[in-house]
Amino acid sequence: MASNTIRPRAWVDGDVATVKMLLTHPMETGLRKDKKTGKKIPAHYIETIKVEHNGKMVLDGLLGPAVSKNPFIQCKFSGAKAGDALKISWTDNKGDSDSKDATIS
Amino acid sequence: MKRRSLLKGSLTAGMAGVAATAGLLTPQMVMAAWPKAAFEAKGMNNAVKSLFGSEGLTASGDISIKAPPIAENGAVVNIAVSTSLKNVDSISILVEKNAQPLTSSFNLAAVTEPFIKTRVIKTRVKVAKTSSVIAVVKSGGKLYSAGREVKVTIGGCGG
Repeated sequence: MASNTIRPRAWVDGDVATVKMLLTHPMETGLRKDKKTGKKIPAHYIETIKVEHNGKMVLDGLLGPAVSKNPFIQCKFSGAKAGDALKISWTDNKGDSDSKDATIS
Repeated sequence: MKRRSLLKGSLTAGMAGVAATAGLLTPQMVMAAWPKAAFEAKGMNNAVKSLFGSEGLTASGDISIKAPPIAENGAVVNIAVSTSLKNVDSISILVEKNAQPLTSSFNLAAVTEPFIKTRVIKTRVKVAKTSSVIAVVKSGGKLYSAGREVKVTIGGCGG
């Protein structure tokens, strides 16, 4: 899998951290047809997305093929401070995965 | 005696075989954590039932959905769900008229502090045709929902 598929941004306001992430992924549903060959394009989508804050899971997301191409996800969680470490990781239906470390600003 | 030991030997080998098979199966069992049946379920009720094991949704005014009333492009529809319910376990987003309504489900149970401000999920989903977007919030073992209609001028599924 191409590297750098996760573009995170995280910041803290008071005690609440906001995490935005943009993932690069085709999110094929498996229903779309290739216009040239008429064959179905095989399904290829992210199944799980996880965000860990200092090693503790703060978001455990299950995605399906109905999430848009290049998924964008934003979540918030409490109890964070600037400089804390975040780890974002995803896995897809073909067994590919990627993870990225980020810091809260 | 020899036969006995042979039997024992083959038994041990058999056990090892079983253990190896079990070892091979483990990754698949981890994969099974993704609820395939729920994502492939057709119709709102089936999807909710498959994901949560029950279909009793209670309409709630404590859930707010932000979605565009008219989506020009159904392939990318911004959805924001927030809730002031307490003890939120998960937030799921479903599109009623999609062939497979369940789009995503976010487990927030790991966040221990009940910070109301933090119950927000934003994402982008595909909406095949004009439909209600339903947010289902699991809170204290109960399911609450709220919906908002999105009009689609270009579908999000198919080419």
